[in-house]
Amino acid sequence: MPTYRSHVLVCGGTGCVSSGSLKLQENLKAELAKKGLDKEVLVVQTGCHGMCEAGPIVVVYPEGTFYTRVQPEDAVEIVEEHLFKGRVVKRLLHREELNAEAVAHYNELPFYSKQHRITLKNCGYINPDNIDEYIGRDGYQGLAKALLEMTPDDVINEMKISGLRGRGGGGFPTGMKWEFCKKSVSDKKYTICNADEGDPGAFMDRSLLEGDPHAVLEGMAIGAYAMGADEGYIYCRAEYPLAIKRLKRAIAQAEEYGLLGKNILGTSFSFELHVKEGAGAFVCGEETALMASIEGERGMPRPRPPFPANKGLWGKPSNINNVETWANVPQIILNGGAWYASMGTEKSKGTKVFALTGKVKNTGLVEVPMGTTIREVVFDIGGGIINDKKFKAVQIGGPSGGCLTEQHLDLPISYESLTGAGAIMGSGGLVVVDEETCMVDMAKFFLEFTQAESCGKCVPCREGTKKMLDILVRITEGNGKPGDIEKLEYLGNQIKEASLCGLGQTAPNPVLTTLRYFRHEYEAHINEKKCPAGVCSALTNYVIDPAKCIGCTKCARICPVGAISGEIKKPHAIDTEKCVKCGACAEACPVKAIARR
Amino acid sequence: MQGIEAIINGKKIIAEPGMTILQAARANGIHIPTLCDHPVLKPVGACRVCLVEVEKNPKLLTACSTPLNPGMVVHTHSPRVLEARRAVVELLLVRHPLDCFSCSSNGQCELQDVAYELGIKESRFADEGDTCRSYALEDANPFYVRDMNKCILCGRCIRTCDSLAQYHAIDFQNRGIKTMVQPPVGKDLENSDCTFCGQCVQMCPVGALSEKTSIGQGRPWEMEKVKTVCSYCGVGCELNILVNKKTGRIANVKTDYTSQTALNEGRACVKGRFAWQFVHSDERLTKPLIRENGTFREASWDEALNVVVGRLVQIREEHGPDTIGFFSSARCTNEENFLLQRLAREVIGTNNVDHCAHL
Repeated sequence: MPTYRSHVLVCGGTGCVSSGSLKLQENLKAELAKKGLDKEVLVVQTGCHGMCEAGPIVVVYPEGTFYTRVQPEDAVEIVEEHLFKGRVVKRLLHREELNAEAVAHYNELPFYSKQHRITLKNCGYINPDNIDEYIGRDGYQGLAKALLEMTPDDVINEMKISGLRGRGGGGFPTGMKWEFCKKSVSDKKYTICNADEGDPGAFMDRSLLEGDPHAVLEGMAIGAYAMGADEGYIYCRAEYPLAIKRLKRAIAQAEEYGLLGKNILGTSFSFELHVKEGAGAFVCGEETALMASIEGERGMPRPRPPFPANKGLWGKPSNINNVETWANVPQIILNGGAWYASMGTEKSKGTKVFALTGKVKNTGLVEVPMGTTIREVVFDIGGGIINDKKFKAVQIGGPSGGCLTEQHLDLPISYESLTGAGAIMGSGGLVVVDEETCMVDMAKFFLEFTQAESCGKCVPCREGTKKMLDILVRITEGNGKPGDIEKLEYLGNQIKEASLCGLGQTAPNPVLTTLRYFRHEYEAHINEKKCPAGVCSALTNYVIDPAKCIGCTKCARICPVGAISGEIKKPHAIDTEKCVKCGACAEACPVKAIARR
Repeated sequence: MQGIEAIINGKKIIAEPGMTILQAARANGIHIPTLCDHPVLKPVGACRVCLVEVEKNPKLLTACSTPLNPGMVVHTHSPRVLEARRAVVELLLVRHPLDCFSCSSNGQCELQDVAYELGIKESRFADEGDTCRSYALEDANPFYVRDMNKCILCGRCIRTCDSLAQYHAIDFQNRGIKTMVQPPVGKDLENSDCTFCGQCVQMCPVGALSEKTSIGQGRPWEMEKVKTVCSYCGVGCELNILVNKKTGRIANVKTDYTSQTALNEGRACVKGRFAWQFVHSDERLTKPLIRENGTFREASWDEALNVVVGRLVQIREEHGPDTIGFFSSARCTNEENFLLQRLAREVIGTNNVDHCAHL
């Protein structure tokens, strides 16, 4: 096996690929060959580093130099300066903000140094298309340990000790779920991986599948062994073509190595794994809808009981876990449940991956131990709010979740604490919101999403979310009526109470939590016809500050409807009757004299 | 088999093992309202009207789909249940047109019944312009009318088509508020797999599907139900002919899905369900006709039968019995066919007997 003095890791995740990392790899290889360094330096395509916004990302080992926003044409300089002359290319080092100091090393970035990466340990380090690299980092040792040293009951017991709970959002104890399925007597059982990640802004499952597919396969094989299943499905949304490609390649490699398929590792245990592509319905992330979809039916949830552990896919006992849950399994089996349980809080063990997005300086995937506070995630890892604006809230758990406010910043994140505060863990979406966000508008956004994705089966979800949305639309358009808040609360509570599946039972959460913590914003919209954050266009006007206006006439010239008048070098004014609130004037103003109020 | 003991509304009940809460309640004379449920269809828990409270269970459960377990304590009309049920029905009424006066389902509408039971006149959540009127009436075929404005998306028609008719002609399409029942993408009913057997029409709990053939023929409460066997073919489907008591004329044809005597178990085809107009047709033959010199003239039954008997006897005597053949019809009953072959074999003396279904 050839050895190399340096490894250049280029991110091949969806984010970095779309910003040009494939061309960058090509260029790096070509430059290295040109310099005759291709026998000394290896270019490796890895999975996602989690900091997709700063892509394409390049890490040069052994130093661990971390380059961000590397363009294909930067390959020449990296090869010439760094790999040939040994000088770090300072201009490509990561900066948290434009004028912030550049950080040279991976480990020095607060974004990474404060994380605790277990699930994501291989993401960004190994080539996901090469099973040897996975095996090189303890891959498939958990499976070997389970098959050769443990009984199925031992495995389930270890899972119970670990305290791992479903990472898809439900938070049901994984060991217990497996035990239900194991106890179910049948000639055939299935294990299923739910990779139908669909929350707006959430991409932890995609990154895991793209960056470390074998971890998921290994976890599923261990689960299948424990529960007595011999066939499995990975239900992955078709919008993740790269993940599907890598999964299929990983399955083929594992089969070739005897780690999947018939008589795994020479034992009597066989496990066949298929990838099933979704067809774009958010509701197919609900387990019974997901199974219906695999069966070729329209993805609609059905009432439980019967539970999947008794009657699941094709009427056979089945176990469904989320990507992140499965990816935790190999390490739990390898290192022991007690090791995993040593992290986290009393009832929420281990780590959780969050997709940190919104008005925060560092966005991306963040893995932290349960019990980490929201403040640590938003301010220490996320670096605080963009432009140092005021933190307002964080929407946690996607469209099924709720918003938490400044008073919750020191709340240790756990399943219980979030539910108690009106939000949910959900799949782990974390959208940070600053003072310029209208909470009514945000609630409307999430409800638009859930209403459009409601499967249409049960009345409360289909009709109720539409009515709530209607009310929110009229509030944001300045037509809110007295009694609307009460109607929203009543409908929200009844939709939670009466809906068939998790989608409907959680859909009102964004509205109910914003009503709980930002009721005054709703009241301002309805009673005073004002949007305090200046977002809802029907309730705000563009105004020119005469003290700031220099009378340059730029705004008047750009206005598409001729709503701005004024003499040269004298303060201008906007005719609010004519104004269509397109915002072109505010953008054009060189002295920022135009604001929305 | 040992019965399951449970408590519903404070009353101890015994049910058969495997029964759902709804079935057990019904068997014990306890009413739970439903919309998407039908005794012969698989429960789906979609309408949420049958929600009940089960002690020790944090969530309300649908009575139609939840099995009754021994010792369950069920409340079918607790304040919590009634509130949820009311919310569900009021949400359905946000979009459902309240034109009950002119609706063919008036008086047999299950949504009307549930609203009546809960004392709901109109929805608290309906705003101006909410009522669904955007879907055009679909009445291109001669058999039934689809008014999707009235559809409550209970899915009974779909399940009927899938499990009883087995044509799989319709399913839910789209998501969210745009969800509707349709033949596969882009097709209209007339070009779909629908055979217009009309079973879905009978299953519809509201007026979204109605027989075109019964428009203006009378109100549900004016009907007398006459159980009969369909005269179209030899299958012998049991039908309930609805006769308008005022006019004495047939107004509609229904079937009974839970009939103990019907071999068709409620199924019927397009002819049995919709093609009954011949009964009252002006062109229908009501008197025998005798052909003389190439034209027909009306005759009495005695005269006509005498002609038939006279000619048959004459032919048999002149040419032998095997020169006569008897041809019967699938539209006759078994008894009629039996009698015809007896006439052939015993009276005429020939085995020349056949039947149109033999062709």
